[in-house]
This record gives sequence, C-alpha cells and structure tokens, in this order.
Amino acid sequence: MIRYLQYLKSCAGCVLRGGRNYYLWMGGLFVLTFLGGISWYHHIADGLGITNMSNQVSWGIGIANFVYFVGVAASVALLIVPAYIYRIEEFKAVVVLAEIIAVISVVMCLSFIISDLGRPDRLLHLSPGLGVINLPSSHLAWDVMVFSVQLVLSLYIPAYLLYKRYLGQAPNLAFVLPPVMLSMLWAVIIHTVTAFLLSALKSRDFWNTGLLAPRFLVSAAVSGPAIILLCFAAINRYGGMRIADRVFDYLAHVLRVMLPVNLFLLGCEVFTELHSGTAVTESARYLFFGLGEHTLLPKFIWTAIVFDVVALVILLVPRWRQQPRLLYASCALLVFSIWVEKGMGLVLPGFTPSPLGEVVEYVPNASEIVLTIGILAAGALLFTAAAKVTIAVQTGRLRLQEGDA
Amino acid sequence: MKKDEASCAGARVEKLVELRLSKDGSRRSFLKSALAAAVTGTVASGCDHPFVKDLLQKHYKELSDEDKKELFQRIEQRTHAWSGVRVKVSDPQPLDGVHWGYALNLNHCNGNRRCVEACARENNLPNDPEIRYIRVVEADNGSQHLEHGTVNYDREQVPEPGKYYLPVQCHQCRNPPCVKACPTKATWQEPDGIVVVDYDWCIGCRYCQAACPYHARRFNWTVPSIEPDRINPDQGYLSNRIRPVGVIEKCTFCLHRVRRGRYPACFEACPTGARKFGNLADPSSEVRQIIASKRVWILKEDLGTDPRFFYFYA
Repeated sequence: MIRYLQYLKSCAGCVLRGGRNYYLWMGGLFVLTFLGGISWYHHIADGLGITNMSNQVSWGIGIANFVYFVGVAASVALLIVPAYIYRIEEFKAVVVLAEIIAVISVVMCLSFIISDLGRPDRLLHLSPGLGVINLPSSHLAWDVMVFSVQLVLSLYIPAYLLYKRYLGQAPNLAFVLPPVMLSMLWAVIIHTVTAFLLSALKSRDFWNTGLLAPRFLVSAAVSGPAIILLCFAAINRYGGMRIADRVFDYLAHVLRVMLPVNLFLLGCEVFTELHSGTAVTESARYLFFGLGEHTLLPKFIWTAIVFDVVALVILLVPRWRQQPRLLYASCALLVFSIWVEKGMGLVLPGFTPSPLGEVVEYVPNASEIVLTIGILAAGALLFTAAAKVTIAVQTGRLRLQEGDA
Repeated sequence: MKKDEASCAGARVEKLVELRLSKDGSRRSFLKSALAAAVTGTVASGCDHPFVKDLLQKHYKELSDEDKKELFQRIEQRTHAWSGVRVKVSDPQPLDGVHWGYALNLNHCNGNRRCVEACARENNLPNDPEIRYIRVVEADNGSQHLEHGTVNYDREQVPEPGKYYLPVQCHQCRNPPCVKACPTKATWQEPDGIVVVDYDWCIGCRYCQAACPYHARRFNWTVPSIEPDRINPDQGYLSNRIRPVGVIEKCTFCLHRVRRGRYPACFEACPTGARKFGNLADPSSEVRQIIASKRVWILKEDLGTDPRFFYFYA
C-alpha cells in the first residue's frame, strides 16, 4: 500500500517535471481544456439551447465525436493481436501505450456523451442499483454496460503492467492474458453495439442498414491505426523512447489493407442507396449532393473521399510510404476523412430530412466547437502525461529504488 | 413532512447530548456530541435542500402516494414562486378497459392548425423556443412523399387549392420504438395505451427522439419560458405540467383530460370535425365504427409500430 502510494508519488513527479517545451505544450493544452470546461458549464447552466442542435437534428458534433472515438478505442486491439497472439516482443513494448490510447478514447467518448445529455445531473439513473436500466431492449443501455466494462479493462491492463514493471517484477500472465484476450473481443463488441444503436432504428433509413456495423469496424481499423501511428511518431520524436520500425510497418500495412476495404464498403452503400432512387434515400442524396440550398455536407464528404484516395495512393506506392513525412501526412488525411465519413457524415444525414420531411441544416456553433476542442485537448493532455510516465517506467528511468519504502 | 423528520432528528441529537452530559460531565464528550449534532443537522437540512431532493427523487413507478403528495406540492410551490400562478398538479390513473385511439378525417382537415394552438395552450407549451406537439404537413394532391411537403406553410387562407393537409402527432404506438430506446425506462406505455414520460427521470439523451418515426418527441433545449397568463393550472404530472430544462416531452392525448371523461384539446378545437377520438376497446365507439366502415390507413404502416392513430377518408 505504502509502496503503491510511493509509486503514485513518483508518477506525479514525473508528470510535473519537464523541459520548457513540455510546460508550454501542457500549459497550452490546459488552457484549451479550461476553455472547453467553461463551454461545458454553459451547456449545463443554460441548457443545450446554446448549441445549434434542434428538434430536427437532435444529435450533432458530440455524438459524431463519440462514434469516432469508439472506433479509436476499439482499434487498439489491432496492436494486441501481434503482441499477445503472435508474441512479438517489439509489440509487447507498445501494448501499454496502445491501451492508454484506448482508455483515453473511452474517457473522451464518455465526455462527449455526458456533455451531450440534457440532464447530466441524472447520470446516476443509468447506474445499476441506484437507477433503472432498460435492459435488454435499449441499445443505449447496452452501450453503457459494454462501455463500463471497456473502461475497467483498459484502465486495469496498463495500470497492472506498468506497476509490475516499476517494481521490476515480471507480470503474472494469469492476471494479464484473460483481460487482454477479453479486451480484443470487447473491441469488437463496443463498436458493434454502438453501430447497432444506430442501425436498429427503423425511423432513420440512412442508418438502418446491416452494413453499418462492418463499416464501423473497418473504418475504425483505418482511423485508429492512423492516430496510433501519429502518436507513436510523436513519442519517437519527443518522448525519449524508440518504438521499433516494425510497429510502424505493421500499422501502415493495416492501413493499406483496411483502407481499400473501407472504400469498397462505402461504395457498396453509395451504389445501393443512390441506384435504387427510392424516397428513403433522400438522406444519402443530402450527404453526397445536397438538398436544395443545403450543400455543406457534400463539400465535406467529397473532400474526405479525395483524402482517402490520396492517402491510399501514398500507402500503395512503396517509395512514397517509406518516407516518414508522406506516411504521416497520409495518416493525418485519414484521421480527418474518417471523422467526416463516420462522424458528421454519418450522424447528420440520419436526421436529414426529418421523419416528416423537414430539411434543417446543422452546423456546430462556437460553443460546441470550443467544447469539442476542450475535450480533445484534455485527451491530449492525459495522453502526454500518461505516455511520459509509461516511457519513464518502460525505459527503467522510473523504478522502485532499493531505499524506497 | 420532511421538516418534521429533520426537527425530530434534531431533538434526538439534543437528547443524546443531554444523556452524554449526565453520564460523564466531561467537556470533551460534550464537544464530541455537539459536533455530532452539527453534522447531523447539516445532513438533515441538506436533505431538505431542493437540489438534493431532486437528486434523490425516485422513478415515478416507485413513488408512494405520500411521495407523490409531497412532490406535487413542491412542483406547485415552485410554479407559484416564479409565476405567481396557483396550479394544481394531479395524477389521474388509467381507466380499466379503455384503450384510447384517434381517427382523423383527411377529407375534412383543411390545415387551419387550430388544433396546434389549442394543444399548445392546454399543454403549457412554450413559444420561445417554440414547442408544438402537432405538426401539419401541407402536401401536393396526388403525392404522399413527405419530403415534398412542408410544415412551415404560412397562408392567409386555407386550404390552398391543389394541396391536402396531414396533421401528425404522437401515434401512441402499440409497439413504440421510443419506449424500447430509452435507457432508463423514463418513458413507457400506460395500460390505456398512452406513452408517457417521467420528466423527472429523463436524462435527456434524445435517443427516443431519434427512434420515433413520427417526429413526435420534443426536447426542452432551454428552461421553458411561458408567460404566466398562458399557464394552464390544471396539470397532470405525466402530461402537461411545466417541464424542466433538458428533458423530452410529447403528446399524451391530454391524459389529464381524457382520463376524467373530457376530450383532448386538439379534438375540441377542430372546427371541421375531422378529429374523432374514443375507446378502441369498445366496439360501439365512434373510432371503432370508423375503422370498421371507412377507408382507413396508417402512416408508415410498414415500420410495424402499430399506432393507435388512424387516418381516414369520409
């Protein structure tokens, strides 16, 4: 117990110490987080009326970000497979970092969801025992359940591995392997349940397709590795830890396989929706071509598709993808394009037109954008702090000393 | 009620202090007891705080009659505090052997939207931001393509030639997608078929709103602003009481009226006689007669929601 407190103390010390650039980076993120917090306060104090959401488009950028980061959390399983199924040492070294990306994604998802609630003060109504949970019929209730498990899993695994490493002991595989295996299964589960949450709604034709869950998983296997690759590149550059080239090659390889599959699934959807030309495909026409004077979304989705194709070309040409800068650029393009495709480009057409045929165009306003940036900054802040501790422990700079405790 | 309990707790603590003092008159134990009394007092008065009371409030179905009485009083006092209007919150129960149903004659409806306004008056719907339970779609004759119609028509005179009007409100489905969607069971179907919302249990996630194929649910984006002279003092806990911010609300067929033998406000306001309301469980009721003898159709019947709202031509 005392030893654990000692460990926490040295972790805190590790987070608080750093060079000038580190303080600038963390300070900047803290300011952005703080601004996001102020915006959140207004969401609560004034009601969600300060956003641009309406009874026609009742979910906006918050839910879009939620869906997106569920994918990032799920995609971390892609790194666990080589580490624990194929037992490749280079990957074991980055599993903790990957799990930290997962847990921070989950925390960000929860922040996006809770800040989108009309009554966050009644969150306890969702908790077992204190509240009333509508199981088995509500997909949202299921999502809350599987998310709670995911949060525990992705907190436990890195916390345990790191502490063992700090003590200089080998982790007990009996405590690691079962949750790690479960977390791989859970990655599929959280994303599938989130897809079912939308695809099960018969009122929204745009979401009501069996292809939604597979598309979610495949697009997660694009946005996730892209974000992870960029995070790892940042660690290599600024973090004082060398992540093996093999890890980067693997992530780029995943992108090379999954991006074409993702484009294929998108194409299938587009073909079926637009070729049938029925009245229920109005949402797809809104997304790709716009309805009347409402033409904002097509600009985004076509930009995203162009980004997808450019990234794909970079990834397919060996000479280009071997240049780190081009590889990182293609990842950045994909981070954005999937955000459009499965974030705003997925949520908004579901509401447009409304079930009674109204077309209301939603664009997030300043308060929503500040809140979004705040949550993203909080995620980056947490990641930097957690990655710093992880690297210090992994490289042996932070270790239980003989004299301690 | 709670106040008594609090003062009761206070008396108990005083007694405890006395006991302690008589047992061993030491200063230390007196201080301890005084501290205990202070803590108990804070907790007791903390429970009395409206915010804490709201936080601890139970789901409608778990409220006892005592709880309801106290809760309704609290709502009445709150409304009086900001508006000066004395309202009466009640909780009329569903009637046995009754399943409410609506039938609407599209040949008669001319899009005058009196129903919309009467509904707003009856149900304490705010004007800013505007919440209306009934939406009237104006569509071209010969088309059921809702996307080609409009709900925002503004005409000096109705009906417009070449158009027909389709009022849509909650269909009180027998298989309601909204009830399935709610993660906290804050919305459910009553035995008489009316789908209600516990405004004090809803967490405001709006999943039900996404699930409803009839666009029947409304969200309170801000604290509902309603002028005191527009407040309807006859308020049902599960229907037309003034809603808190951040929760979902919807048409309840005016359950505070219909369960007491009155017609819904929209029915009474309709000047064309297009609206028919009654008991679907009673074979001799007008709605049952209409379903049996007229050309009846159901909006979005293919979705399998099985509504209690029928459109007909007669």
